[in-house]
Amino acid sequence: MSARTFLRIAVSNTLVKNIARYVMMMLLALLLFGIILLATGKDPFQSYRDMFGATFGSAYGFSEVLVAMIPMLITALAVALPSRVGLINVGGEGQLYIGAAFATWGALTFKDQPAWVLLPLMALLGMIGGALWAFIPGYLKSIGLVNETITTLLMNSIAPKIVGFLIFGFWHSPMDTVKTENFVSAARLPTFFNTRVHLGFVIALVLLALFWIIMKYTRWGLEMRAIGGNPQAARRNGIPLKGYLIVIMCLGGAIAGLAGMSHVSGFYGVLILNFSMGLGFMGFLICWLAGGDPIGIFLMSFVVAIITTGGNFLQLTQGLPYAVINILLALALFVVLASPKFFEGKKA
Amino acid sequence: MPNPQDRSPMISLRGITKSFPGVLANDHIDLDIFSSEIHALLGENGAGKSTLMKILFGFYRADAGEIRLSGKPISIRSPRDARSARIGMVFQDLNLIPAFTVAENIALFLPNLKVVLNPQEIDNRINEISKQYGLAVNPRALVSQLSIGEQQKVEILKLLLSDARLLILDEPTRVLAPHEVEALFGVLDNLRKDGYAIVLITHKMKEVLQCADRITVLRSGRVAGTLLRSEATEEKLVKLMFEKALSGLKITESKRDESSKPILELRGIETRAEGAGVTLKGIDLQVRSGEIVGVAGVSGNGQKELCDVVLGMTTCVRGEKYLFEQNLTNRSVGAMRRKGVGFIPENPLAMASIPFMTVLENMALPHTWRYARYGGFAIDWKSLKEDIQKTEKQLGFSVNFYAIAKSLSGGNLQRMVILREMTHDPHLIIASYLTRGLDMQSAIAARQALIQARERGAGILFISEDLEELFMLSDRLLVLYGGRFVGEFKPSETNIYEVGHLMTGSKVEHVG
Ligand SMILES: Nc1ncnc2c1ncn2[C@@H]1O[C@H](COP(=O)(O)OP(=O)(O)OP(=O)(O)O)[C@@H](O)[C@H]1O
Ligand SMILES: [Mg+2]
Repeated sequence: MSARTFLRIAVSNTLVKNIARYVMMMLLALLLFGIILLATGKDPFQSYRDMFGATFGSAYGFSEVLVAMIPMLITALAVALPSRVGLINVGGEGQLYIGAAFATWGALTFKDQPAWVLLPLMALLGMIGGALWAFIPGYLKSIGLVNETITTLLMNSIAPKIVGFLIFGFWHSPMDTVKTENFVSAARLPTFFNTRVHLGFVIALVLLALFWIIMKYTRWGLEMRAIGGNPQAARRNGIPLKGYLIVIMCLGGAIAGLAGMSHVSGFYGVLILNFSMGLGFMGFLICWLAGGDPIGIFLMSFVVAIITTGGNFLQLTQGLPYAVINILLALALFVVLASPKFFEGKKA
Repeated sequence: MPNPQDRSPMISLRGITKSFPGVLANDHIDLDIFSSEIHALLGENGAGKSTLMKILFGFYRADAGEIRLSGKPISIRSPRDARSARIGMVFQDLNLIPAFTVAENIALFLPNLKVVLNPQEIDNRINEISKQYGLAVNPRALVSQLSIGEQQKVEILKLLLSDARLLILDEPTRVLAPHEVEALFGVLDNLRKDGYAIVLITHKMKEVLQCADRITVLRSGRVAGTLLRSEATEEKLVKLMFEKALSGLKITESKRDESSKPILELRGIETRAEGAGVTLKGIDLQVRSGEIVGVAGVSGNGQKELCDVVLGMTTCVRGEKYLFEQNLTNRSVGAMRRKGVGFIPENPLAMASIPFMTVLENMALPHTWRYARYGGFAIDWKSLKEDIQKTEKQLGFSVNFYAIAKSLSGGNLQRMVILREMTHDPHLIIASYLTRGLDMQSAIAARQALIQARERGAGILFISEDLEELFMLSDRLLVLYGGRFVGEFKPSETNIYEVGHLMTGSKVEHVG
């Protein structure tokens, strides 16, 4: 086998191709960003040294990247699942808030339950909350009334207000009006090895694997792919289109709700006003850029997490404004969008 | 007409070769196309006709070979190049933009389009030319609401309005009514006199012998022979296409029993039209075990709506539907399917298949519940394959299980749908334009399958525009016009002219 054919085979492997794509993307984005740094009079090499030192340089730094990935992975999945039946769920943010609120209610109400009761209960409540929030657009879509893209998007701005109302009105701690009292330790997802990486990471990976298996091997996966591929033909083949649209939208909402639960329980340990700041939107972006593919979601989340955690650090060491991180992120996204053509290669 | 052999060809294909993963679609094909000729391209399903023409139109790139325009080699790398070489093509699976109106779709391809469009002017041009050529369409209608036959007419108009000198028509007559086919041939005849070159792909021998000047037959990607019309006969062509004579259809006696309870009964069904669709009014229909009920009509008179009502796709605003005496009015498609209803729709790609799934996955769709294992966590592909293979043996044709549905040739896609729907011996079969796109051999096999189904007691609702076929197969014949049944006959007690008249609405009498 010549080196060229070997290379062809290696590159045709989707995983390798995927990783190559994300690495290239990072390098290109960093190059562009370096130019910007240079233009503003900063030293790009020192900046990058800081950035990678903060993420890959130490075990703790690396664990922070994983922490940042958790909500990204789960909210991206909340977009990926509905996208398989052709639904565009832009409502991850709102569903996450409602899920977090439901879970918080559980955490505050059943304080004295042991963790093995309380945590599953909170997870369930979070999922119910997210699912209810997603049911509205799902139902309206299934009867052909309103497009789900619009409804889910608009409902995003309502959810945080409801959460705010609950916090101000009922749940706020005696000292502080913008957050609840801290959760009892039984209501906190366990963390690993003295880091902030919590059980949510495992949950996210399990969900991603499950998603992949279901889509590939099960009856429901087949039917969902059929709906996504040609809804009219799927219906004529006897696949219940309306039922699927509602159920899958609710499931998407449930996953986003679970992301909310995992974030308040695993990360903060308390429900804070406006705690998410766009986690749901980030999930949408990641899912979209990864084309809804589980491995892509994982890699994309990893890249974005490096940029955000490294960027946070850069803010401290280089005195760069936060907006600069967004520039780097935007550059990375820009390169992703441009790169598929780049790697397709010539038709054999 | 001068003998084309004396002139030099307008377009020559030399050694065109094209392979797809697992198939050699074109294998060193040489073909000459002259101006002022209608060149028919024949061949069985999957022979490589569409592929060859897509190469000429720049949609595919040949692996090897050369295209010469008036003797000079040219390179056609895209449909854009083809258009500038004044080559135009109508694809087999049609390529209009559904969200646009007819006028907008046509305007997109007008050669001398102005920057600012004048809709009125475009409408006028379309109306003028569609009147001139006898191909009536409404310029303002949305393409997504047109029947496949109407879409075909739009495609042809689009081609006629462009400045192409070589027109490639891939099975244009497949979805046209007989009088429209006549009109189209009239148009083609005029174009030929004006010096155009026309390539016509079709599976209908009658059409070929009626209008072609020369006929090329492809078999498994190679040229099996080229004949002048004067030397061609149906037997010769069939022999070239299939390497053997075809055995005819074996029609057995129908075992229908007038007094038996109907499998399907519609009572006073009425629907509300969606968009530009047709409203069904007062539809009464009974399909008994062991009979084929033919529905004759020009497409666009409610055939699609009738199928969809029976299947449960659209709700009826009035009337009742019974399957095995059970009231299933406005119940889901799934409920009907599970009771053993098979459906072969008018457009296999849009209405029956998921384009980017494999054939096998497509085959599983109406029966997912049957092949689900472990409560749905796995699918028993092996027994699905066995079941389909059994049907393949019965019907005498097959499809590659692992091909992507979209990559199948038009006829092979229709075969896929027929195989799928005939598996598990359905009790009721709705067959809409069953033989569309099938080659002669498969068409015979598909009709034979209906007869077999009738023999084992299935009820069949058989919708077609082809009167010959309807008279040959039906036990009873209904005529659908404007969303109503306007006549009911025993085929033996009527004739093609009476039914043909009713189909075009020239003698309307309501029954029932
Ligand atoms: N895009 C594609 N990818 C893979 N295989 C293809 C593709 N297009 C065509 N083929 C294969 O090439 C062969 C020839 O197909 P083609 O469409 O040219 O047949 P055809 O003669 O037009 O048949 P029909 O009469 O059924 O339309 C078939 O086996 C088909 O499955
Ligand atoms: Mg074809």
